[in-house]
Amino acid sequence: MTAARPLLRHIWVVFLLLAAVAPWIVSPYELSLLGRFLALSILALGLVLVWGEAGILTLGQGVFFGLGGYVLAMHLKLAALTPGEIPDFMTWSGRSELPWWWQPFTSPSVALAAVIVVPGVCAALFAWAVFRRRVVGVYFALITQALALCFATLLVSQQESTGGFNGLTDFSTLLGFDFAAKGTVWTLYWITVAFVTLAFLGLRWLMRSRFGTMLRATRDGENRVRFLGHNPTPYKVVAFTISAMLAGIGGALFTLHAGVVSPALVGVVPSIEMVIWVAVGGRGSLWGAIAGTLLVNFAKDEISSALPDAWLYVLGLVFILVVTLMPRGVAGVIEDAFRRLRPGSPGGKVAAVTSPAGGAL
Amino acid sequence: MSAVPTAANTQLLLAVDGVTVDFDGFKALNGFSMTLDRGALRVLIGPNGAGKSTLCDTIIGRVRATSGHVYFKGEDITHLPEYQIVQRGICRKFQMPGVLSSLTVLDNLLIAARSDRRWWRSMTAAASPAERARADEVLEQVGLIERRDMLAGELAHGEKQWLEIGMVVATDADLLLLDEPTAGMGPAETSRTAELIHSLLGRHAVLVIDHDMSFVEQLGGRVTVLHQGQFLKEGSVAQIRQDPDVAAVYLGRSEH
Repeated sequence: MTAARPLLRHIWVVFLLLAAVAPWIVSPYELSLLGRFLALSILALGLVLVWGEAGILTLGQGVFFGLGGYVLAMHLKLAALTPGEIPDFMTWSGRSELPWWWQPFTSPSVALAAVIVVPGVCAALFAWAVFRRRVVGVYFALITQALALCFATLLVSQQESTGGFNGLTDFSTLLGFDFAAKGTVWTLYWITVAFVTLAFLGLRWLMRSRFGTMLRATRDGENRVRFLGHNPTPYKVVAFTISAMLAGIGGALFTLHAGVVSPALVGVVPSIEMVIWVAVGGRGSLWGAIAGTLLVNFAKDEISSALPDAWLYVLGLVFILVVTLMPRGVAGVIEDAFRRLRPGSPGGKVAAVTSPAGGAL
Repeated sequence: MSAVPTAANTQLLLAVDGVTVDFDGFKALNGFSMTLDRGALRVLIGPNGAGKSTLCDTIIGRVRATSGHVYFKGEDITHLPEYQIVQRGICRKFQMPGVLSSLTVLDNLLIAARSDRRWWRSMTAAASPAERARADEVLEQVGLIERRDMLAGELAHGEKQWLEIGMVVATDADLLLLDEPTAGMGPAETSRTAELIHSLLGRHAVLVIDHDMSFVEQLGGRVTVLHQGQFLKEGSVAQIRQDPDVAAVYLGRSEH
């Protein structure tokens, strides 16, 4: 966008190369973490579109993350069975037959398509119903939070068909590839990197298109846009739906890396954490969202293993500090530093894109 | 009084017919009617609370009439959603400058000038040469051509007002509603705004709300006076100035 940042403009190539060769550099444990966190960063990229660009704060992204994770996990569960068998937890809960809505997921192609379609359709219907009624700002945030609570509660309560609190786990193969094999792990990692890259490039293109301009316009003045003859609702619905689909992809990849999906990953607290990753990284910046996700999650891994009870306090403190001291996140601080290094370069659009959206938080 | 337009009267652009707006018992507009011809100027004055802004709100669909109708080009637009009313050719400048602050001045105008408003077209289609030409034309007209690539949020207050007038103009609406376009402006900026509005007439009909009498005098044209939600007087600036009823309404709050 700005002509004055040649260094930053191409730095993503370096990061991409580093990410691609990571399996040879880091330990298997670190690689497994990196794979998971990169999967999460796909969700974070979606939040940049919906929160950073459109100014819609959503506290329910865990729902779509969970939908993507669960539909794939259902297939993985079924793939590990011989025909006629049903998943072990169903037998324990006294079920003798597969629920009808499990059955389509026997097919891997249905399951893979559902990773994007199910979150997408749910998000589109929800967003259309809500945005059409002109629910905005904090009211919208609260509704999405309630949605996350409902979703997690529903999963726990329907133990005989969802695996309840334990979720779905014990996967062995995907499309015949063994999860224990090193080749599968590495390939999965590269697939994750590829999805992060695709999401990054796709969103960058979208944000630079007129669609992106319309989203920022809606964020700045939804009424002004409406009274210029544009209907802001479809723009918001589409942005929300795209972010939900990305959350679904992130959820599915995370499930593959972690080998488990459970209500603890999709409820209110995880959904808030997702927003914090993006706030820390900078919600106006795509690479900032990836950096924030990796930063917060690696910190979480370190701190949780050293001081298991301290994490939530640390996270809360970090969030307060970021919101008060660096509202544009890590990305904002770094971009400002680069601008200071290049005196005379105009503030341009960087400041604009990342300026806090009124009323979003 | 019925102002239902007929096909015979093609000069008639806007007809407000007996509109009442009732806010829980308070009648912000009370059976108000007026008409406006294509390309014409009308100034709407009245003391605070007379219902001027409510009238604008009702015309563009932000406030719904309790009874009565608004006709535009012969069509009843009373119950259309806002964006459809705009698409019919009415655009409004709000009292507070409503520019899109994190977009450039040019992008603000391009959003206004966008003729294809279907959302999915925004993903693939860039601004057409005609839209860019229109945006530049409007930038010249409102005197912001040198601010073209600045962020709208960084403009001075008066410039924001002009930009918003420019946005309204760029939609190519047949009727422009300008709600206090000179609010917060000094005398020099005010007379520039009056010139700007004159340059718009003919191509657009303009309905101006203001209570700065010196600005109203610079504008000239016909003046409609509103009082407590009702029609009080209509005439030239000179006639309105000398009218005893209008003076009584403004008594004690003389600004001239």
